[in-house]
Amino acid sequence: MQPVLETRDLTIRFGGQVAVDAVSLAFHKGTLTAIVGPNGAGKTTYFNLISGQLRASAGDVFLRGERITGLPAPLRARRGLGRAFQLTNLFPDLSVLENVRLAVQAQSGVGLQFFQPADRRTDLIDRARAWLEEVKLIHRQHDPVTALSHGDQRKLEVAMMLALEPEVFMFDEPTAGMSVDEVPVVLDLIEAIAQRGDKTVLLVEHKMDVVRRLAHRVVVLHQGKLVADGEPAEVVASAIVQEAYLGIRAKA
Amino acid sequence: MKRQHPVLTALLVLLFVALAAAPFIFPGTKSVATASRVCIFIVLAASYDILLGYTGIVSFAHTMFFAFGAYGVAIPLAAGWVGWDAVLVGTLGSAALAAAVSAAIALLSLRVQRLFFSMITMAVASFAQILATQLREITGGEDGLTFSLPAALQPGFRLLAEPIFGVRADGRLVGYYLTFFVALAMFWLMRRLVASPFGRVLQAIRENEFRAEALGYRTIVYRTTASAIAAAVAAVAGVLMALLLRYVGPSSTLSFDVMTDILLMVVIGGMGSLTGPALGAAVVVLAHYYLQPLMQAGHDALAGVPVLPNLVHPDRWLLWLGTLFVLIVYFFPAGIVGSLKRR
Repeated sequence: MQPVLETRDLTIRFGGQVAVDAVSLAFHKGTLTAIVGPNGAGKTTYFNLISGQLRASAGDVFLRGERITGLPAPLRARRGLGRAFQLTNLFPDLSVLENVRLAVQAQSGVGLQFFQPADRRTDLIDRARAWLEEVKLIHRQHDPVTALSHGDQRKLEVAMMLALEPEVFMFDEPTAGMSVDEVPVVLDLIEAIAQRGDKTVLLVEHKMDVVRRLAHRVVVLHQGKLVADGEPAEVVASAIVQEAYLGIRAKA
Repeated sequence: MKRQHPVLTALLVLLFVALAAAPFIFPGTKSVATASRVCIFIVLAASYDILLGYTGIVSFAHTMFFAFGAYGVAIPLAAGWVGWDAVLVGTLGSAALAAAVSAAIALLSLRVQRLFFSMITMAVASFAQILATQLREITGGEDGLTFSLPAALQPGFRLLAEPIFGVRADGRLVGYYLTFFVALAMFWLMRRLVASPFGRVLQAIRENEFRAEALGYRTIVYRTTASAIAAAVAAVAGVLMALLLRYVGPSSTLSFDVMTDILLMVVIGGMGSLTGPALGAAVVVLAHYYLQPLMQAGHDALAGVPVLPNLVHPDRWLLWLGTLFVLIVYFFPAGIVGSLKRR
Protein backbone atom coordinates (compact mmCIF):
# COMPACT_ATOMS: atom_id res chain seq x y z
CA MET A 1 0.00 0.00 0.00
CA GLN A 2 1.26 3.49 -0.85
CA PRO A 3 2.09 5.49 2.28
CA VAL A 4 0.10 8.68 2.84
CA LEU A 5 3.19 10.55 3.91
CA GLU A 6 6.80 9.71 3.29
CA THR A 7 10.14 11.40 3.89
CA ARG A 8 13.27 10.27 2.08
CA ASP A 9 16.68 11.25 3.43
CA LEU A 10 15.11 14.43 4.77
CA THR A 11 17.90 16.70 6.01
CA ILE A 12 18.31 20.26 7.22
CA ARG A 13 21.48 22.00 8.26
CA PHE A 14 21.75 25.25 10.18
CA GLY A 15 25.30 26.34 9.53
CA GLY A 16 27.44 23.40 10.56
CA GLN A 17 24.70 21.86 12.70
CA VAL A 18 22.68 19.04 11.14
CA ALA A 19 19.32 19.34 12.90
CA VAL A 20 17.59 16.58 10.95
CA ASP A 21 19.90 14.03 9.39
CA ALA A 22 18.70 11.90 6.47
CA VAL A 23 15.44 10.73 8.06
CA SER A 24 13.52 8.26 5.89
CA LEU A 25 10.12 7.24 7.20
CA ALA A 26 6.77 6.23 5.72
CA PHE A 27 3.42 6.77 7.44
CA HIS A 28 0.32 4.81 6.49
CA LYS A 29 -3.37 5.51 6.64
CA GLY A 30 -5.06 4.62 9.89
CA THR A 31 -1.90 4.66 11.97
CA LEU A 32 -0.76 6.79 14.87
CA THR A 33 2.99 7.18 15.07
CA ALA A 34 4.61 8.71 18.11
CA ILE A 35 7.89 10.54 17.54
CA VAL A 36 9.97 10.62 20.69
CA GLY A 37 13.44 11.74 21.62
CA PRO A 38 15.20 14.09 24.00
CA ASN A 39 14.98 17.87 23.76
CA GLY A 40 16.86 19.10 20.73
CA ALA A 41 16.57 15.76 18.93
CA GLY A 42 15.01 17.49 15.91
CA LYS A 43 11.39 16.39 16.35
CA THR A 44 9.79 19.80 15.87
CA THR A 45 12.26 20.62 13.09
CA TYR A 46 11.24 17.37 11.37
CA PHE A 47 7.60 18.50 11.62
CA ASN A 48 8.48 21.91 10.22
CA LEU A 49 10.16 20.26 7.25
CA ILE A 50 7.06 18.18 6.57
CA SER A 51 4.53 21.00 6.92
CA GLY A 52 6.70 23.50 5.04
CA GLN A 53 7.67 26.04 7.68
CA LEU A 54 11.28 25.11 6.90
CA ARG A 55 12.83 24.14 3.58
CA ALA A 56 14.91 20.97 3.46
CA SER A 57 18.63 21.18 2.68
CA ALA A 58 18.41 17.75 1.11
CA GLY A 59 15.94 14.90 0.72
CA ASP A 60 12.25 14.89 -0.15
CA VAL A 61 8.74 14.84 1.29
CA PHE A 62 5.97 12.95 -0.48
CA LEU A 63 2.25 13.27 0.18
CA ARG A 64 0.15 10.49 -1.38
CA GLY A 65 3.12 9.72 -3.63
CA GLU A 66 3.41 13.31 -4.83
CA ARG A 67 6.62 15.21 -4.18
CA ILE A 68 5.84 18.33 -2.13
CA THR A 69 9.38 19.26 -1.07
CA GLY A 70 9.32 22.62 -2.86
CA LEU A 71 5.79 23.70 -1.92
CA PRO A 72 5.25 26.58 0.52
CA ALA A 73 3.39 25.91 3.78
CA PRO A 74 -0.06 27.18 2.73
CA LEU A 75 -0.21 24.87 -0.27
CA ARG A 76 0.82 21.89 1.85
CA ALA A 77 -1.90 22.76 4.35
CA ARG A 78 -4.45 22.82 1.53
CA ARG A 79 -3.34 19.41 0.37
CA GLY A 80 -4.17 17.92 3.72
CA LEU A 81 -1.26 18.42 6.09
CA GLY A 82 -2.71 19.68 9.37
CA ARG A 83 -0.39 21.09 11.94
CA ALA A 84 -0.84 22.03 15.58
CA PHE A 85 2.03 23.90 17.11
CA GLN A 86 4.04 23.18 20.21
CA LEU A 87 4.32 26.79 21.27
CA THR A 88 0.83 28.14 21.13
CA ASN A 89 0.43 29.93 17.85
CA LEU A 90 -2.93 31.66 17.51
CA PHE A 91 -4.51 34.97 16.51
CA PRO A 92 -4.25 36.60 19.93
CA ASP A 93 -6.56 39.61 19.58
CA LEU A 94 -9.34 37.79 17.74
CA SER A 95 -12.08 35.86 19.50
CA VAL A 96 -11.89 32.14 20.11
CA LEU A 97 -14.71 31.57 17.64
CA GLU A 98 -13.02 33.72 14.98
CA ASN A 99 -9.81 31.69 15.31
CA VAL A 100 -11.66 28.48 14.50
CA ARG A 101 -13.87 30.20 11.92
CA LEU A 102 -10.73 31.25 10.05
CA ALA A 103 -9.64 27.62 9.95
CA VAL A 104 -13.07 26.50 8.71
CA GLN A 105 -12.97 29.26 6.11
CA ALA A 106 -9.52 28.11 4.96
CA GLN A 107 -10.84 24.56 4.67
CA SER A 108 -13.83 25.74 2.62
CA GLY A 109 -11.64 27.84 0.33
CA VAL A 110 -13.81 30.96 0.51
CA GLY A 111 -11.03 33.34 1.56
CA LEU A 112 -11.08 35.32 -1.66
CA GLN A 113 -14.68 36.46 -1.36
CA PHE A 114 -14.77 40.22 -1.14
CA PHE A 115 -18.33 41.33 -0.80
CA GLN A 116 -20.55 39.06 1.25
CA PRO A 117 -20.14 39.73 5.00
CA ALA A 118 -18.37 36.87 6.72
CA ASP A 119 -20.96 36.96 9.51
CA ARG A 120 -23.64 35.95 7.04
CA ARG A 121 -21.86 32.69 6.26
CA THR A 122 -23.61 31.04 9.19
CA ASP A 123 -22.69 27.63 7.79
CA LEU A 124 -19.03 28.38 8.51
CA ILE A 125 -19.83 29.77 11.95
CA ASP A 126 -21.92 26.73 12.85
CA ARG A 127 -19.11 24.41 11.84
CA ALA A 128 -16.64 26.44 13.89
CA ARG A 129 -18.98 26.17 16.89
CA ALA A 130 -19.21 22.42 16.41
CA TRP A 131 -15.43 22.12 16.59
CA LEU A 132 -15.35 24.24 19.72
CA GLU A 133 -17.91 21.91 21.28
CA GLU A 134 -15.70 19.01 20.33
CA VAL A 135 -12.81 20.41 22.40
CA LYS A 136 -15.18 21.68 25.14
CA LEU A 137 -14.40 25.34 24.58
CA ILE A 138 -17.80 26.50 23.34
CA HIS A 139 -18.47 28.44 26.55
CA ARG A 140 -15.46 30.66 25.77
CA GLN A 141 -16.34 31.33 22.12
CA HIS A 142 -16.68 35.12 22.45
CA ASP A 143 -13.61 35.67 24.61
CA PRO A 144 -10.39 36.93 23.11
CA VAL A 145 -7.66 34.32 22.91
CA THR A 146 -5.52 36.26 25.36
CA ALA A 147 -8.13 35.65 28.08
CA LEU A 148 -7.77 31.86 27.82
CA SER A 149 -5.66 29.74 30.13
CA HIS A 150 -2.66 27.99 28.65
CA GLY A 151 -4.51 24.67 28.59
CA ASP A 152 -7.51 26.20 26.83
CA GLN A 153 -5.23 27.79 24.24
CA ARG A 154 -3.80 24.33 23.53
CA LYS A 155 -7.33 22.99 23.06
CA LEU A 156 -8.09 25.84 20.68
CA GLU A 157 -4.95 24.97 18.74
CA VAL A 158 -6.27 21.40 18.40
CA ALA A 159 -9.74 22.65 17.38
CA MET A 160 -8.19 24.71 14.59
CA MET A 161 -6.40 21.68 13.20
CA LEU A 162 -9.55 19.58 13.43
CA ALA A 163 -11.39 22.32 11.54
CA LEU A 164 -8.94 22.01 8.65
CA GLU A 165 -10.12 18.37 8.32
CA PRO A 166 -6.70 17.25 7.12
CA GLU A 167 -5.49 13.85 5.94
CA VAL A 168 -2.44 13.99 8.16
CA PHE A 169 -2.68 15.32 11.72
CA MET A 170 0.58 16.53 13.22
CA PHE A 171 0.38 17.10 16.96
CA ASP A 172 3.42 18.66 18.59
CA GLU A 173 3.22 17.90 22.32
CA PRO A 174 -0.50 18.62 22.48
CA THR A 175 -0.76 18.17 26.24
CA ALA A 176 2.33 20.11 27.30
CA GLY A 177 1.55 22.49 30.14
CA MET A 178 -2.04 21.25 30.54
CA SER A 179 -3.58 20.58 33.91
CA VAL A 180 -4.33 16.95 34.82
CA ASP A 181 -8.07 17.21 34.23
CA GLU A 182 -7.64 18.87 30.82
CA VAL A 183 -5.35 16.22 29.38
CA PRO A 184 -7.99 13.49 28.83
CA VAL A 185 -10.15 15.77 26.61
CA VAL A 186 -7.31 16.17 24.14
CA LEU A 187 -6.09 12.58 24.36
CA ASP A 188 -9.61 11.24 23.75
CA LEU A 189 -9.84 13.43 20.65
CA ILE A 190 -6.54 12.18 19.28
CA GLU A 191 -7.54 8.60 20.01
CA ALA A 192 -10.87 9.10 18.23
CA ILE A 193 -9.11 10.42 15.13
CA ALA A 194 -6.70 7.46 15.12
CA GLN A 195 -9.56 4.99 15.52
CA ARG A 196 -11.44 6.35 12.51
CA GLY A 197 -8.95 4.42 10.39
CA ASP A 198 -8.86 6.81 7.43
CA LYS A 199 -6.49 9.40 8.87
CA THR A 200 -2.79 9.48 9.58
CA VAL A 201 -1.62 10.84 12.91
CA LEU A 202 1.88 11.95 13.89
CA LEU A 203 2.42 12.80 17.51
CA VAL A 204 5.47 14.30 19.15
CA GLU A 205 5.18 13.43 22.82
CA HIS A 206 7.37 13.27 25.88
CA LYS A 207 5.02 11.47 28.23
CA MET A 208 5.63 7.72 27.93
CA ASP A 209 2.24 6.79 29.36
CA VAL A 210 0.56 8.80 26.60
CA VAL A 211 2.75 7.12 23.98
CA ARG A 212 1.94 3.67 25.32
CA ARG A 213 -1.77 4.39 25.37
CA LEU A 214 -2.13 5.93 21.89
CA ALA A 215 0.66 4.90 19.55
CA HIS A 216 0.64 2.01 17.10
CA ARG A 217 4.26 2.68 16.33
CA VAL A 218 7.09 4.62 17.93
CA VAL A 219 10.06 6.20 16.19
CA VAL A 220 12.98 7.69 18.07
CA LEU A 221 15.02 10.64 16.93
CA HIS A 222 18.33 11.40 18.57
CA GLN A 223 20.61 14.22 17.49
CA GLY A 224 18.67 14.51 14.26
CA LYS A 225 19.03 10.84 13.36
CA LEU A 226 16.44 8.08 13.30
CA VAL A 227 17.68 5.60 15.90
CA ALA A 228 14.72 3.30 16.53
CA ASP A 229 11.43 2.38 14.88
CA GLY A 230 8.93 -0.28 15.94
CA GLU A 231 6.14 -1.45 18.24
CA PRO A 232 5.68 0.79 21.27
CA ALA A 233 6.47 -1.90 23.82
CA GLU A 234 9.74 -2.99 22.26
CA VAL A 235 10.97 0.51 21.41
CA VAL A 236 10.21 1.91 24.84
CA ALA A 237 12.05 -1.01 26.42
CA SER A 238 15.10 -0.64 24.16
CA ALA A 239 18.38 0.55 25.56
CA ILE A 240 18.65 3.61 23.33
CA VAL A 241 15.30 4.98 24.47
CA GLN A 242 16.08 4.30 28.09
CA GLU A 243 19.28 6.25 27.65
CA ALA A 244 17.65 9.09 25.74
CA TYR A 245 14.83 9.37 28.25
CA LEU A 246 17.07 9.27 31.26
CA GLY A 247 18.52 12.42 29.70
CA ILE A 248 15.07 13.95 29.46
CA ARG A 249 14.04 13.06 32.96
CA ALA A 250 17.19 14.71 34.27
CA LYS A 251 16.32 17.92 32.39
CA ALA A 252 12.64 17.93 33.25
CA MET B 1 -20.80 40.68 17.45
CA LYS B 2 -18.85 43.74 18.49
CA ARG B 3 -20.91 46.63 19.78
CA GLN B 4 -19.97 50.15 18.92
CA HIS B 5 -19.46 52.63 21.70
CA PRO B 6 -22.46 55.03 21.78
CA VAL B 7 -20.19 58.08 21.63
CA LEU B 8 -18.56 56.68 18.51
CA THR B 9 -21.94 56.02 16.91
CA ALA B 10 -23.00 59.58 17.77
CA LEU B 11 -19.82 61.02 16.24
CA LEU B 12 -20.32 59.02 13.05
CA VAL B 13 -23.96 60.04 12.72
CA LEU B 14 -22.94 63.66 13.31
CA LEU B 15 -20.23 63.43 10.65
CA PHE B 16 -22.61 61.81 8.18
CA VAL B 17 -25.39 64.37 8.71
CA ALA B 18 -22.93 67.28 8.57
CA LEU B 19 -21.50 66.04 5.27
CA ALA B 20 -24.85 65.05 3.75
CA ALA B 21 -26.29 68.50 4.37
CA ALA B 22 -23.07 70.53 4.28
CA PRO B 23 -24.06 72.98 1.49
CA PHE B 24 -27.25 73.81 3.40
CA ILE B 25 -25.89 73.92 6.97
CA PHE B 26 -22.65 75.68 6.07
CA PRO B 27 -23.35 77.66 2.90
CA GLY B 28 -20.42 79.34 1.23
CA THR B 29 -17.74 78.34 -1.23
CA LYS B 30 -15.02 77.80 1.35
CA SER B 31 -17.02 75.63 3.73
CA VAL B 32 -18.39 73.48 0.91
CA ALA B 33 -14.86 73.03 -0.44
CA THR B 34 -13.75 71.99 3.05
CA ALA B 35 -16.60 69.49 3.26
CA SER B 36 -15.51 68.09 -0.13
CA ARG B 37 -11.99 67.70 1.20
CA VAL B 38 -13.30 65.86 4.25
CA CYS B 39 -15.18 63.44 1.95
CA ILE B 40 -12.11 62.90 -0.22
CA PHE B 41 -9.73 62.36 2.68
CA ILE B 42 -12.18 59.97 4.35
CA VAL B 43 -11.86 57.77 1.27
CA LEU B 44 -8.10 58.21 1.09
CA ALA B 45 -7.44 57.59 4.79
CA ALA B 46 -9.83 54.64 4.94
CA SER B 47 -8.17 53.02 1.93
CA TYR B 48 -4.81 53.49 3.65
CA ASP B 49 -6.27 51.87 6.75
CA ILE B 50 -6.95 48.71 4.72
CA LEU B 51 -3.18 48.51 4.31
CA LEU B 52 -1.91 49.77 7.65
CA GLY B 53 -4.71 48.85 10.03
CA TYR B 54 -6.06 45.64 8.55
CA THR B 55 -3.05 44.09 6.89
CA GLY B 56 -0.10 45.64 8.74
CA ILE B 57 1.51 46.89 5.52
CA VAL B 58 3.42 50.18 5.88
CA SER B 59 3.43 51.86 2.48
CA PHE B 60 4.56 55.38 1.63
CA ALA B 61 3.36 55.20 -1.95
CA HIS B 62 -0.30 55.83 -1.22
CA THR B 63 -0.16 59.45 -2.39
CA MET B 64 1.27 58.21 -5.68
CA PHE B 65 -1.95 56.30 -6.38
CA PHE B 66 -3.95 59.34 -5.29
CA ALA B 67 -1.94 61.31 -7.89
CA PHE B 68 -2.61 58.64 -10.53
CA GLY B 69 -6.32 59.38 -10.22
CA ALA B 70 -5.85 63.14 -10.16
CA TYR B 71 -3.61 63.18 -13.24
CA GLY B 72 -5.75 60.46 -14.81
CA VAL B 73 -8.66 62.86 -15.24
CA ALA B 74 -6.57 66.05 -15.46
CA ILE B 75 -4.60 64.95 -18.50
CA PRO B 76 -7.58 64.29 -20.83
CA LEU B 77 -9.50 67.32 -19.51
CA ALA B 78 -6.50 69.63 -19.93
CA ALA B 79 -5.93 68.25 -23.42
CA GLY B 80 -9.35 69.54 -24.37
CA TRP B 81 -11.37 66.36 -24.13
CA VAL B 82 -13.94 67.87 -21.77
CA GLY B 83 -16.80 65.54 -21.01
CA TRP B 84 -18.12 62.89 -18.67
CA ASP B 85 -16.68 60.22 -20.92
CA ALA B 86 -13.20 61.69 -20.32
CA VAL B 87 -13.80 61.65 -16.56
CA LEU B 88 -15.04 58.08 -16.66
CA VAL B 89 -12.18 56.85 -18.84
CA GLY B 90 -9.66 58.72 -16.67
CA THR B 91 -11.13 57.24 -13.49
CA LEU B 92 -11.30 53.65 -14.66
CA GLY B 93 -7.94 53.83 -16.41
CA SER B 94 -6.10 55.34 -13.47
CA ALA B 95 -7.75 52.99 -10.96
CA ALA B 96 -6.73 50.00 -13.08
CA LEU B 97 -3.20 51.35 -13.48
CA ALA B 98 -2.93 52.07 -9.75
CA ALA B 99 -4.08 48.53 -8.93
CA ALA B 100 -1.60 47.03 -11.39
CA VAL B 101 1.38 49.09 -10.23
CA SER B 102 0.51 48.46 -6.58
CA ALA B 103 0.22 44.74 -7.20
CA ALA B 104 3.56 44.73 -9.00
CA ILE B 105 5.31 46.52 -6.13
CA ALA B 106 3.67 44.16 -3.66
CA LEU B 107 4.60 41.02 -5.58
CA LEU B 108 8.18 42.14 -5.96
CA SER B 109 8.77 43.35 -2.45
CA LEU B 110 6.21 41.96 0.01
CA ARG B 111 8.12 38.71 0.22
CA VAL B 112 10.99 40.50 1.86
CA GLN B 113 11.10 42.16 5.26
CA ARG B 114 8.47 44.75 6.02
CA LEU B 115 10.96 47.55 6.53
CA PHE B 116 12.42 46.88 3.11
CA PHE B 117 8.96 47.03 1.57
CA SER B 118 8.38 50.46 3.16
CA MET B 119 11.68 51.70 1.78
CA ILE B 120 10.78 50.49 -1.71
CA THR B 121 7.41 52.24 -1.63
CA MET B 122 9.16 55.43 -0.55
CA ALA B 123 11.61 55.15 -3.45
CA VAL B 124 8.83 54.50 -5.96
CA ALA B 125 6.85 57.47 -4.63
CA SER B 126 9.88 59.77 -5.00
CA PHE B 127 10.39 58.44 -8.49
CA ALA B 128 6.78 59.26 -9.37
CA GLN B 129 7.20 62.75 -7.99
CA ILE B 130 10.30 63.34 -10.12
CA LEU B 131 8.51 61.92 -13.13
CA ALA B 132 5.55 64.28 -12.60
CA THR B 133 7.82 67.32 -12.45
CA GLN B 134 10.01 66.27 -15.38
CA LEU B 135 7.45 65.11 -17.94
CA ARG B 136 6.32 68.69 -18.59
CA GLU B 137 4.50 67.99 -21.84
CA ILE B 138 2.15 65.55 -20.18
CA THR B 139 1.91 66.65 -16.56
CA GLY B 140 2.65 70.34 -16.76
CA GLY B 141 5.73 69.92 -14.58
CA GLU B 142 5.91 71.93 -11.35
CA ASP B 143 3.11 74.20 -12.56
CA GLY B 144 0.73 71.30 -12.88
CA LEU B 145 -2.39 71.30 -15.05
CA THR B 146 -5.44 73.54 -14.95
CA PHE B 147 -8.48 72.45 -16.89
CA SER B 148 -12.17 73.00 -17.49
CA LEU B 149 -14.77 70.71 -16.04
CA PRO B 150 -17.77 69.19 -17.81
CA ALA B 151 -20.55 71.77 -18.04
CA ALA B 152 -22.64 70.30 -15.20
CA LEU B 153 -19.81 70.95 -12.74
CA GLN B 154 -19.12 74.55 -13.71
CA PRO B 155 -20.24 77.31 -11.31
CA GLY B 156 -22.36 78.90 -14.02
CA PHE B 157 -24.45 75.76 -14.49
CA ARG B 158 -28.00 75.79 -13.16
CA LEU B 159 -29.55 72.47 -12.29
CA LEU B 160 -32.79 74.15 -11.21
CA ALA B 161 -33.87 77.70 -11.83
CA GLU B 162 -35.09 78.18 -8.26
CA PRO B 163 -32.76 77.93 -5.24
CA ILE B 164 -33.31 74.96 -2.88
CA PHE B 165 -33.65 76.13 0.73
CA GLY B 166 -31.92 79.34 -0.25
CA VAL B 167 -28.96 77.59 -1.89
CA ARG B 168 -28.38 77.94 -5.61
CA ALA B 169 -28.49 74.60 -7.41
CA ASP B 170 -25.35 75.33 -9.41
CA GLY B 171 -22.44 73.28 -10.68
CA ARG B 172 -20.66 73.55 -7.34
CA LEU B 173 -23.60 71.90 -5.59
CA VAL B 174 -23.68 69.16 -8.22
CA GLY B 175 -19.92 68.73 -7.77
CA TYR B 176 -20.25 68.49 -4.01
CA TYR B 177 -22.93 65.84 -4.14
CA LEU B 178 -21.00 63.91 -6.77
CA THR B 179 -18.05 63.88 -4.34
CA PHE B 180 -20.27 63.02 -1.39
CA PHE B 181 -22.03 60.09 -3.03
CA VAL B 182 -18.90 58.65 -4.64
CA ALA B 183 -17.13 58.90 -1.27
CA LEU B 184 -20.10 57.29 0.46
CA ALA B 185 -20.16 54.45 -2.07
CA MET B 186 -16.41 53.90 -1.70
CA PHE B 187 -16.65 53.89 2.08
CA TRP B 188 -19.54 51.44 2.00
CA LEU B 189 -17.63 49.15 -0.37
CA MET B 190 -14.61 49.24 1.94
CA ARG B 191 -16.80 48.40 4.92
CA ARG B 192 -18.12 45.40 3.00
CA LEU B 193 -14.59 44.42 2.08
CA VAL B 194 -13.20 44.37 5.61
CA ALA B 195 -16.22 42.43 6.89
CA SER B 196 -15.94 39.84 4.11
CA PRO B 197 -14.11 36.53 4.39
CA PHE B 198 -11.25 38.26 2.59
CA GLY B 199 -11.14 41.05 5.17
CA ARG B 200 -11.09 38.53 7.99
CA VAL B 201 -8.05 36.87 6.47
CA LEU B 202 -6.32 40.26 6.30
CA GLN B 203 -6.86 40.66 10.03
CA ALA B 204 -5.55 37.16 10.61
CA ILE B 205 -2.42 38.04 8.63
CA ARG B 206 -1.91 41.16 10.70
CA GLU B 207 -2.30 39.15 13.91
CA ASN B 208 -0.09 36.22 13.00
CA GLU B 209 1.14 35.81 9.47
CA PHE B 210 2.92 32.55 10.20
CA ARG B 211 -0.28 30.97 11.52
CA ALA B 212 -2.35 32.23 8.61
CA GLU B 213 0.08 30.46 6.28
CA ALA B 214 -0.15 27.28 8.32
CA LEU B 215 -3.94 27.35 7.91
CA GLY B 216 -3.48 27.38 4.15
CA TYR B 217 -3.86 31.08 3.35
CA ARG B 218 -1.28 32.27 0.83
CA THR B 219 -0.53 35.56 2.52
CA ILE B 220 1.31 37.01 -0.48
CA VAL B 221 -1.89 36.70 -2.54
CA TYR B 222 -3.98 38.39 0.14
CA ARG B 223 -1.53 41.19 0.82
CA THR B 224 -1.06 41.86 -2.90
CA THR B 225 -4.81 41.96 -3.50
CA ALA B 226 -5.32 44.26 -0.52
CA SER B 227 -2.71 46.73 -1.74
CA ALA B 228 -4.17 46.67 -5.27
CA ILE B 229 -7.66 47.43 -3.96
CA ALA B 230 -6.40 50.19 -1.65
CA ALA B 231 -4.48 51.75 -4.55
CA ALA B 232 -7.53 51.71 -6.84
CA VAL B 233 -9.65 53.40 -4.16
CA ALA B 234 -6.93 56.01 -3.60
CA ALA B 235 -7.01 56.73 -7.35
CA VAL B 236 -10.77 57.37 -7.16
CA ALA B 237 -10.13 59.81 -4.30
CA GLY B 238 -7.55 61.51 -6.53
CA VAL B 239 -10.16 61.94 -9.28
CA LEU B 240 -12.49 63.67 -6.83
CA MET B 241 -9.66 65.94 -5.70
CA ALA B 242 -8.86 66.95 -9.27
CA LEU B 243 -12.52 67.73 -9.96
CA LEU B 244 -12.72 69.81 -6.78
CA LEU B 245 -9.58 71.87 -7.43
CA ARG B 246 -9.85 72.05 -11.23
CA TYR B 247 -6.08 71.88 -10.92
CA VAL B 248 -3.52 69.12 -10.40
CA GLY B 249 0.10 69.65 -9.43
CA PRO B 250 2.84 67.68 -7.75
CA SER B 251 2.53 69.54 -4.43
CA SER B 252 -1.22 69.05 -4.07
CA THR B 253 -1.23 65.32 -4.78
CA LEU B 254 2.25 63.82 -4.66
CA SER B 255 4.08 65.63 -1.89
CA PHE B 256 5.14 63.95 1.31
CA ASP B 257 2.91 66.43 3.17
CA VAL B 258 -0.13 64.63 1.81
CA MET B 259 1.33 61.30 2.96
CA THR B 260 1.95 62.75 6.43
CA ASP B 261 -1.65 63.95 6.57
CA ILE B 262 -2.94 60.49 5.68
CA LEU B 263 -0.79 58.91 8.37
CA LEU B 264 -2.02 61.46 10.92
CA MET B 265 -5.65 60.82 10.00
CA VAL B 266 -5.28 57.07 10.39
CA VAL B 267 -3.31 57.31 13.63
CA ILE B 268 -5.48 60.00 15.24
CA GLY B 269 -8.69 58.23 14.28
CA GLY B 270 -7.47 54.77 15.24
CA MET B 271 -6.16 52.07 12.95
CA GLY B 272 -8.08 49.03 11.86
CA SER B 273 -11.63 50.31 12.03
CA LEU B 274 -12.26 52.43 8.88
CA THR B 275 -14.54 54.62 10.99
CA GLY B 276 -11.50 55.82 12.94
CA PRO B 277 -9.65 57.16 9.89
CA ALA B 278 -12.93 58.73 8.71
CA LEU B 279 -13.15 60.71 11.94
CA GLY B 280 -9.41 61.39 11.78
CA ALA B 281 -9.81 62.80 8.27
CA ALA B 282 -12.49 65.19 9.49
CA VAL B 283 -10.35 66.33 12.44
CA VAL B 284 -7.19 66.90 10.38
CA VAL B 285 -8.92 68.67 7.49
CA LEU B 286 -10.84 70.94 9.86
CA ALA B 287 -7.68 71.70 11.82
CA HIS B 288 -5.93 72.67 8.60
CA TYR B 289 -8.72 75.03 7.60
CA TYR B 290 -10.01 76.51 10.82
CA LEU B 291 -7.12 76.59 13.26
CA GLN B 292 -5.68 79.74 11.64
CA PRO B 293 -8.93 81.78 11.74
CA LEU B 294 -9.55 80.53 15.27
CA MET B 295 -6.13 81.76 16.31
CA GLN B 296 -6.74 85.08 14.61
CA ALA B 297 -9.86 85.46 16.74
CA GLY B 298 -7.86 84.57 19.83
CA HIS B 299 -5.15 87.02 18.84
CA ASP B 300 -7.66 89.84 18.44
CA ALA B 301 -9.42 88.99 21.69
CA LEU B 302 -6.18 89.09 23.63
CA ALA B 303 -5.01 92.40 22.20
CA GLY B 304 -3.35 94.46 24.91
CA VAL B 305 -2.36 91.49 27.07
CA PRO B 306 1.44 91.05 27.10
CA VAL B 307 3.08 87.98 25.38
CA LEU B 308 -0.16 85.96 24.93
CA PRO B 309 -1.30 87.56 21.66
CA ASN B 310 2.04 86.70 20.07
CA LEU B 311 1.73 83.14 21.27
CA VAL B 312 -1.54 82.67 19.41
CA HIS B 313 -0.57 84.76 16.41
CA PRO B 314 -2.02 83.09 13.27
CA ASP B 315 1.51 82.74 11.86
CA ARG B 316 2.22 80.19 14.62
CA TRP B 317 -0.59 77.91 13.56
CA LEU B 318 1.70 75.11 12.35
CA LEU B 319 3.42 75.08 15.73
CA TRP B 320 0.10 74.59 17.49
CA LEU B 321 -1.12 72.04 14.98
CA GLY B 322 2.06 70.05 15.57
CA THR B 323 1.70 70.34 19.34
CA LEU B 324 -1.92 69.23 19.12
CA PHE B 325 -1.00 66.14 17.11
CA VAL B 326 1.84 65.19 19.43
CA LEU B 327 -0.49 65.47 22.42
CA ILE B 328 -3.23 63.44 20.74
CA VAL B 329 -0.83 60.66 19.78
CA TYR B 330 0.71 60.73 23.27
CA PHE B 331 -2.53 60.60 25.23
CA PHE B 332 -4.62 58.51 22.82
CA PRO B 333 -2.14 56.11 21.23
CA ALA B 334 -4.99 53.91 19.97
CA GLY B 335 -6.72 56.88 18.35
CA ILE B 336 -10.28 58.10 18.82
CA VAL B 337 -11.84 54.72 18.12
CA GLY B 338 -9.34 52.78 20.20
CA SER B 339 -9.85 55.07 23.20
CA LEU B 340 -13.62 54.65 23.01
CA LYS B 341 -13.33 50.88 22.83
CA ARG B 342 -11.55 50.54 26.15
CA ARG B 343 -14.45 52.00 28.10
